[in-house]
Amino acid sequence: MSSEQDQLKQTNTEERFEFKKEERSAVRSDKGLTEEVVRLISDDKDEPDWMLDRRLRALEHWQEMPMPTDWPGQPDLTELNVEEIVPYIRPDVDKRSGADSWEDLPDEIQDTFEKLGIPDAEREALSGVGAQYESEVVYQNMQERWEEKGVVFMNMDKAVQEHPDLVKEHFMTSCVPPSDNKFAALHGAVWSGGSFVYVPEDVTVNMPVQAYFRMNSEGMGQFEHTLIIAEPGSEVHYIEGCSAPKYGTHNLHSGGVEVFVGEDAHVQYSTVQNWSKNTFNLNTKRAIVEKGGRMEWISGSMGSKATMLYPCSILKGREASANNITIAFAGEGQNIDTGAKVYHNAPNTKSTIESKSISKDGGRTNYRGLVHISEGAENSSTSVECDALMFDNESTSDTMPYMEIDESKVDVAHEATVGKIGDEDVFYLQSRGLDDDDAKQMIVSGFIEPITEELPIEYAVELNRLIELEMEGSLG
Amino acid sequence: MATLQLNNLHAEVVEADEKILDGVDLTVESGEIHALMGPNGSGKSTTAKVIAGHPAYEVTEGEVLLELDDEEWGEELPEEKLTWNLLDLEPNERAALGVFLGFQYPAEIEGVTMVNFLRQALNAKLEEREELFEDEADAAEDEDDDAGYETSPMEGPADEGEVDVAEFQQILSEKMELLDIDEEFAQRYLNAGFSGGEKKQNEVLQAAILEPSIAVLDEIDSGLDIDRLQDVSDGINALRDEQGTGILQITHYQRILDYVEPDHVHVMLDGQIAKSGGPELAEKLEDEGYDWVRDEAYEAA
Repeated sequence: MSSEQDQLKQTNTEERFEFKKEERSAVRSDKGLTEEVVRLISDDKDEPDWMLDRRLRALEHWQEMPMPTDWPGQPDLTELNVEEIVPYIRPDVDKRSGADSWEDLPDEIQDTFEKLGIPDAEREALSGVGAQYESEVVYQNMQERWEEKGVVFMNMDKAVQEHPDLVKEHFMTSCVPPSDNKFAALHGAVWSGGSFVYVPEDVTVNMPVQAYFRMNSEGMGQFEHTLIIAEPGSEVHYIEGCSAPKYGTHNLHSGGVEVFVGEDAHVQYSTVQNWSKNTFNLNTKRAIVEKGGRMEWISGSMGSKATMLYPCSILKGREASANNITIAFAGEGQNIDTGAKVYHNAPNTKSTIESKSISKDGGRTNYRGLVHISEGAENSSTSVECDALMFDNESTSDTMPYMEIDESKVDVAHEATVGKIGDEDVFYLQSRGLDDDDAKQMIVSGFIEPITEELPIEYAVELNRLIELEMEGSLG
Repeated sequence: MATLQLNNLHAEVVEADEKILDGVDLTVESGEIHALMGPNGSGKSTTAKVIAGHPAYEVTEGEVLLELDDEEWGEELPEEKLTWNLLDLEPNERAALGVFLGFQYPAEIEGVTMVNFLRQALNAKLEEREELFEDEADAAEDEDDDAGYETSPMEGPADEGEVDVAEFQQILSEKMELLDIDEEFAQRYLNAGFSGGEKKQNEVLQAAILEPSIAVLDEIDSGLDIDRLQDVSDGINALRDEQGTGILQITHYQRILDYVEPDHVHVMLDGQIAKSGGPELAEKLEDEGYDWVRDEAYEAA
């Protein structure tokens, strides 16, 4: 076992996530979502007028659109009161838009990310790291060799100032417009922080870049925006991690992710979501994939009270492809509603969706997905596989794989299984010496094995460890 | 060395309230081979499952004792650690003390390779055994240690145990060679997609790795072709000859007894041991069926 994996395991203890720091903010907005709050955010960031205009238009959409309440089996959003959420907290740090040295950060923030293992991971296995604390990116760094090749990895707020043309063209326009859904509109109005990634033509960034999002304050909302532009023939792997300590009131996370995959480019987007169990996690993630491009979404959803997440790929050019891997774990009081969406809009496009979910102690997981194959997208193929494993009779799982096929020359495959952990299986393993918990743990790790073996090793180790922690019930 | 003792064992199915065992008396010592025969529904498989601690059965009367002979454990065990009432123990604790159940229908566990499973099982067994043998004072002390260990950021990798990967690989290779099992077996998922014969062979392999003092093998011979029957039988004989394991072999057929020669044969009828004898008893059953045993039993009553 390599030292990297040891390191990941060692830092993966409960205390890694469950600690709180006193809030020290430079700017803190009022609760709720008003024009005044939106203007305050834009003003505090010294944004150009066009961005303020976009925010205000998004706010209008938010006000007009109804809450989604009629999806079968969806998480209950009635407890989420956006008027009680503080959407903007800028932590008190010296350097705006991200220090490039951990030492330059206030002790409590530095300590936070140390505990989360980010600086160690950066040293060992990453091309670059961004770290967001509350509403602002506080650390941002990338190895020089990538900068020399023209790769950009910067805080989204800074990109608005430094790359206005690229941002203006791609930010919540063709990919995720604010009119897309209620929470995309909310996001468009109050977004703050996140990453901007630009990879020039034919550049392969061979080690991942990682962004980590930490919410520390009670009752706040985090709305980071990630925009990735991969020019033709380029390749990049972006990893995001997120966590928060648990509070009695609700927190809200509503991120927006837009990925532009150029011709023959390849983007992998991996998420390890470990929000505390008082967090509503409602995201919109989407990629537009040009001819021959490949988009991979890997999502591990372990935390949160409720998650609604369906990473979407629009296969726009011939031979574009998308792969989705989703792993969800829901314990007591959790409803993890995840899936994937793929639009096949060109001939010879290909998609695969693999989903594995585990529910326990009354938790609920749903697979909700859509595959759309447009007329004329001939010779396209899609394969959807979703499996659910339940620990007990109190837990539930639903599978809703919608298919809209408007073209006849296509290849469509779909498989779904739902099962309970078998008592006979557990007894068999127990009779060999494993205790009840270890037996179940082994069955679960076997259940997700077909997926984890496809994952990057660091990611798989982290994921397995998190699931172990969840099963021990040791996370808050 | 150990002795497994079933005394007046009564058991029923928990959910159906159906009485199956009606006073079973049976003693199996390490190094002995016992065959347990009897018609369908007489309680043979239930006996096996109750010994191993299957949760679907409730013991209403009687006891299952395991007496350990302390020489084998390489250390002097105190008096109170020599006799165990298995009914008080979890299935994994029974396994740790050296009781093994070979399943008639082994579970298929997808995604878990044989090698990972067996190493984890062996380590769990060794660890549990240590805990069971520890005296109370040491145990309390250890718990304190554990508490500090788990919350420490310096916690070691979770999957390391007493037997490490390299060491285990060697043990596994040896046992597989002994049982003439193909090496690629080790990387296959536990029983998933195994043929009936492969599953049974795998049960014997697991017993060879875990080195039980008593192995209860439930219809290990069903569904085997003649070649495989030979392999499996060789494996069972090796368990006894090389490790001194005591075997309680449940079977319908005389056939396997030609390869695994029993020291004792028992006939089960209606939840009781109706008759016991030597190997010649099995032959008579093969020729004449069970009716005469039943008649004898009723006459005696």
